[in-house]
Amino acid sequence: MSEIVLKTLAHTYSANPQSPEDYAIRKMEHVWHQGGAYALLGPSGCGKSTLLNIISGLLEPSEGDVLFDGQRVNELPPEERNIAQVFQFPVIYDTMTVFDNLAFPLRNINIPDHRITPKVEEVADILELTPLLKRKAKGLTADEKQKVSMGRGLVRDDVSAILFDEPLTVIDPQLKWKLRRKLKEIHQRFNITMIYVTHDQLEASTFADKIAVMYEGQVVQFGTPQELFEVPAHTFVGYFIGSPGMNFMDATYRAGEVIFADMALPVPQKFVDAVANTESSNVKIGIRPEFVSVHAAKRDGALPARMRQVQDLGTYSIVTFELGGQTFKARLSEGHPAFGEDIYLTFDPDQLGLFVDEYRVEVTS
Amino acid sequence: MNNKVQNNRAWLLVLPMLVLVAFSAIIPLMTVVNYSVQDVLGPNASFFTGTEWFRTMLNDPALHAAFGRQVAFSLIILAIQVPLGIGIALLMPKKGWQASAVLILITLPLLIPWNVVGSIWQIFTRNDIGLMGWSLSELGLDYNLTRNAGDAWFTIILMDVWHWTPLVAMLCYSGLRSIPEAYYQAARIDRASKWAVFRYIQLPKLTNVLVIAVLLRFMHSFMIYAEPFVLTGGGPGSSTTFLSQSLTTMAIGQQDLGPSAAFSIIYFLVILLVSWVFYTTIMHMQKDKNSQGGA
Repeated sequence: MSEIVLKTLAHTYSANPQSPEDYAIRKMEHVWHQGGAYALLGPSGCGKSTLLNIISGLLEPSEGDVLFDGQRVNELPPEERNIAQVFQFPVIYDTMTVFDNLAFPLRNINIPDHRITPKVEEVADILELTPLLKRKAKGLTADEKQKVSMGRGLVRDDVSAILFDEPLTVIDPQLKWKLRRKLKEIHQRFNITMIYVTHDQLEASTFADKIAVMYEGQVVQFGTPQELFEVPAHTFVGYFIGSPGMNFMDATYRAGEVIFADMALPVPQKFVDAVANTESSNVKIGIRPEFVSVHAAKRDGALPARMRQVQDLGTYSIVTFELGGQTFKARLSEGHPAFGEDIYLTFDPDQLGLFVDEYRVEVTS
Repeated sequence: MNNKVQNNRAWLLVLPMLVLVAFSAIIPLMTVVNYSVQDVLGPNASFFTGTEWFRTMLNDPALHAAFGRQVAFSLIILAIQVPLGIGIALLMPKKGWQASAVLILITLPLLIPWNVVGSIWQIFTRNDIGLMGWSLSELGLDYNLTRNAGDAWFTIILMDVWHWTPLVAMLCYSGLRSIPEAYYQAARIDRASKWAVFRYIQLPKLTNVLVIAVLLRFMHSFMIYAEPFVLTGGGPGSSTTFLSQSLTTMAIGQQDLGPSAAFSIIYFLVILLVSWVFYTTIMHMQKDKNSQGGA
């Protein structure tokens, strides 16, 4: 049982790093609390797996510390860290039976047989592997193999955290859902810290209580799925979470108004003040497609835009439109009226976000 | 059972291959078969002998002895080269210029022609000017491969190990490189010992290349000719006369075409049989493992 703290952690694969771009993990701080179900979400190549391997000890960080319960473990190899890791592709020991596979981590630390059998049976029972125990692991299906890989992490009593590195990549969609629920069950039952790496926001939000979103080697936001949706802390989170992602408009201040592409944006006064007071030239106003209203007729304070495409997705539609030379999206519920080429937009003022240098800034009046 | 249209014209696609194999293997083999059942006395004088040559050959004590030596030789070099090859492959560097350097160094013996290998070792083991022969003599050992059968055997085996272990090592090296890194990582997390990693990850993943290595080495060693011929000439006495050399002596030295043709066929069938039995046994064992899984 442990709390995992990452202190001023950074990692580079280059021998002689010059710029921040040379770092797979840029200087970061993070705390994983004991017993949490976490997801590490981000696009390919953002450093998720590197971070995971640093926690498990397969990699030694080039800078900073990894602390387990306050104790520095940087140099400890994975064998001495009480951590289990499940990889993207199932790793099983072909020549052994399922039972021997599950018993393997226990036999390696010389636990007597009479204690191994009940433990393996218990884990097999949870993972629904009992009927397969006597079979050779080689002939199993991908999801059975992945369950065996997970089981090897669960049999050890001393495991304080299980790390999952995109474990469901090779699994069929229906089984994915089942296995994810299984993981959740296991988490509740054993009170083990679980960190789940994925690039799929749905997978992350169904599994985890809290999600860490990674972008360019940094955790840009750590919060519940709801927080990530409602108050994205970084433009990347806005863009990555939600389907479709957030709309961003480059904003400048001019004569008492917030200007985007020569148009005054219909935003509350406090936004105008905030944009006026910022010194950065990288200012964006963000709004989620869910909070953009589309009207067929002209009305006060509505922005004129050109309709490009309507995608009907059954219970909702995605409207793609052009505003100031850029394309944006709105998500409308079923039964919206038909639109011509000219449409008019209004934004829900409570759902607007201000982003300065890509990070969200709270706007107070 | 199925509604597929039966179309035997597909067999025509096999025809080019069949023609090729006919000219490269079957027709030459048939001439041997032809000789094996006849006694050829001159260009136009030959008699049909039936299975007589085969019976003679199968009952020839000299050939029995050569066959025994041949089997012993193949078994010994397999027993040395396979474990040694695996060991070398495990010790070879995994990447960087060291890996390329070691790979090239190790491959060198494979590039040397058979006769030359024999000559190299012939000189190498000479007591007067050969490094190995001279050193052993200087150490006070009575080493002489032209007089002592044990020394001859020792040298031939050493030569073959030097010449061919690299092949086994290279095959194993390629097999080892194809094991995904995740297996080693998982093994570390499972706290597997080095031995357990070898026993449960590396060795199982090497099975396929080892089957190839054993087959190649068996066939090769069972047909060995040039190296011992150059090194010892089959001696002292006939202590290192293997099957190929017996055959050559019979066919070219004594012009006994009929018996040597019969012998060739027996020789060929033995290699074919052993290879086939070995291969099907291994494949069957693997299938067994799978079907055990399926049951």
